[in-house]
Amino acid sequence: MKLRGADILLRCLQAEGVEVVFGYPGGQAITIYDALYNSPLKHVLVRHEQGAAHAADGYARVTGKTGVCIATSGPGATNLVTGIANAYMDSIPMVVITGQVPTHMIGRDAFQEADITGIVMPITKHSFLVERTEDVAQVVKEAFYIANTNRPGPVLIDLPKDTMEREIEFDGPAKEMNIRGYRVLKGYNTGQVLTAADLINSARRPVIYAGGGVVASNAADELLAVAEKMQIPVTTTLMGMGAFSGYHHLYLGMLGMHGTRYANYAIGECDVLLAIGVRFDDRVTGKIAEFAPHAKVIHMDIDAAEIGKNVCVDVPIVGDVKEILQGLLPRLVPAGNLREWHETIERWKDENPLSYAGSVEGRIPPQHIIEKISDLTNGEAIITTEVGQHQMWASHYYKFRHPRSFVTSGGLGTMGFGFPAAIGAKVARPDLPVIDIAGDGSIQMNIQELGTAVQHKLPVIICILNNQYLGMVRQWQTLFYGERYSHTDMTCQPDFVKLAEAYGAVGMRVKCIEEVDEALQKALQVTDGPVIIDFWVDRNTNVYPMVPPGEALNNMLGGEVDG
Amino acid sequence: MAKHTLSVTVENRPGVLTKVATLFRRRGYNIDSLTVGRTESPDISRMTIVVEGDDRIIEQVNKQLHKLVEVIKIIDITQEKAVERELSMFKVRADNTVRAEIVQIVDIFRARIVDIGKNSLIIEVTGDENKIDAIEESLRPFGIIEMVRTGKVAMVRGNK
Repeated sequence: MKLRGADILLRCLQAEGVEVVFGYPGGQAITIYDALYNSPLKHVLVRHEQGAAHAADGYARVTGKTGVCIATSGPGATNLVTGIANAYMDSIPMVVITGQVPTHMIGRDAFQEADITGIVMPITKHSFLVERTEDVAQVVKEAFYIANTNRPGPVLIDLPKDTMEREIEFDGPAKEMNIRGYRVLKGYNTGQVLTAADLINSARRPVIYAGGGVVASNAADELLAVAEKMQIPVTTTLMGMGAFSGYHHLYLGMLGMHGTRYANYAIGECDVLLAIGVRFDDRVTGKIAEFAPHAKVIHMDIDAAEIGKNVCVDVPIVGDVKEILQGLLPRLVPAGNLREWHETIERWKDENPLSYAGSVEGRIPPQHIIEKISDLTNGEAIITTEVGQHQMWASHYYKFRHPRSFVTSGGLGTMGFGFPAAIGAKVARPDLPVIDIAGDGSIQMNIQELGTAVQHKLPVIICILNNQYLGMVRQWQTLFYGERYSHTDMTCQPDFVKLAEAYGAVGMRVKCIEEVDEALQKALQVTDGPVIIDFWVDRNTNVYPMVPPGEALNNMLGGEVDG
Repeated sequence: MAKHTLSVTVENRPGVLTKVATLFRRRGYNIDSLTVGRTESPDISRMTIVVEGDDRIIEQVNKQLHKLVEVIKIIDITQEKAVERELSMFKVRADNTVRAEIVQIVDIFRARIVDIGKNSLIIEVTGDENKIDAIEESLRPFGIIEMVRTGKVAMVRGNK
């Protein structure tokens, strides 16, 4: 059967199990879009290519499948860059498809030409520039394989227009793969697991520090089994939220710069630290020399390069954390000697709960809104966030029950991520409420995607915690820069209700605490399009506790009782 | 900090050298020298990378390089019995009064004279790093006009 390269591309995507792609057409991608015209693949038309990348990313996070986005050459491709970097930092499997000028024009500065494979080199797991139509099927196969095995990540396929136009004989998607420089990691060092088991069995003050790797590896059940069998308290990173239920008595909340006091104290006092699918990020460890100073550290991760990158560990175990935890579980023997440790932790929890004052400025305490969302959805919604104060409050006050229900930009910290990611999440999970917790600054970075959500009738709820500030930067200016509020005041902003209505979405404004519940209830009833709720929150509320940058975790500001 | 010589086999494809170089730049590793050329199989190239760093850095370099899909194999030949060679050329000031003396040095180092100018000689020498450093020292008093070094290439010795 003779087919164009573009048709082959789409058939191969389907063979990889792709059902939906997020994208935006353009001159050099026009053949791909022509093929989409009568393809069973669903296409979600975004309003800016960055939105397509984030939507594919959000889709991947909630499904575990590889997200796919498409853009044209040049500016289309470069508009994807932030989205690709975001997925790379958070290890999200994504296949990014870009149009390219025809092969004979490459390198001649043709109209809308950009060296996208060169540009994304440090922010992709791998990239391909396809030069022959004959290679399309093989490249698609390899791209998905690389994106979604070992430590996942984005892979880019750059497709010159002539390779898409040309017809060749097509006899089905590629079956074989031969990538000699890439092996999928199988198994782990059993001896190391035994050593780890001995350490854990004899620990008096153990703590589990779980991250995005637990989510990526679908290892939440195994994590729960290990924690419960040994009664080990669990703290999660921002990327690990949902990997352990927020309702569980062993849960310590998040650790790190904006971690709970009790999680950070537990790290400071623990004698064995079981680090699972984490990378000892600076926002987690604070001053690295004083991180878990009394602990023997067991580090499990799929990526050998993460072992020893930031901290020296005592027992490194490279492998899929799900497999490792399955191997570890039967070797664990509870000694029943953790009572003292649990009592200490309970005391810390009682003395230093996450807490906030009531309204101090006559507006709404932002934390209250998130507590309400958590209660109303019973911890079962998919929550996305932008980046800043609201993101930290979401991690403090939303009680997640399930992995893959918190979609947030952890590593790159991308403002403007949450809304397009929510679109991707809603496409993947129409059965669940999807709520973007946003700031008034962040939401303006990809607000144009309202058009996408309206067009595709996606009932995503955007809760803007509107303090008319770039709140997190404002907080740093308050605490560390002598209250010199350089360019963080956002008082000049659109009327978000009218803006929503202009797009054909529902807009609401909530100015007092009594109306919060009703507005959220109303928003949750909407089924045919997006809702913006503009919550007017106290302007000067800070996120506490906070470890000042570069300090040890036990040097926390705020968050004491009544703090 | 110790120097390590890594022998890295990679896919012979466009962009691979850039990827390796980008990785070193991005992670802040110092390349002392890097050579690259084809091997016995036309689709595989070998890079010999000399990198300076403590054990932790070298371990990271190794692991990060391994993550590049085009990298097939890495051997840290600092730990192996290996033959290491570097080629270099020196253009040395040499009038009639010192030529004999220079020729003597060339003989001692088993180097070769490959060009004779009116007031200069070009000397070619092959050897390990120490030998090349040594001849450089010996030639310096005469006046080195130009010098070029290829960087190291290396190969692990066969089983004895």
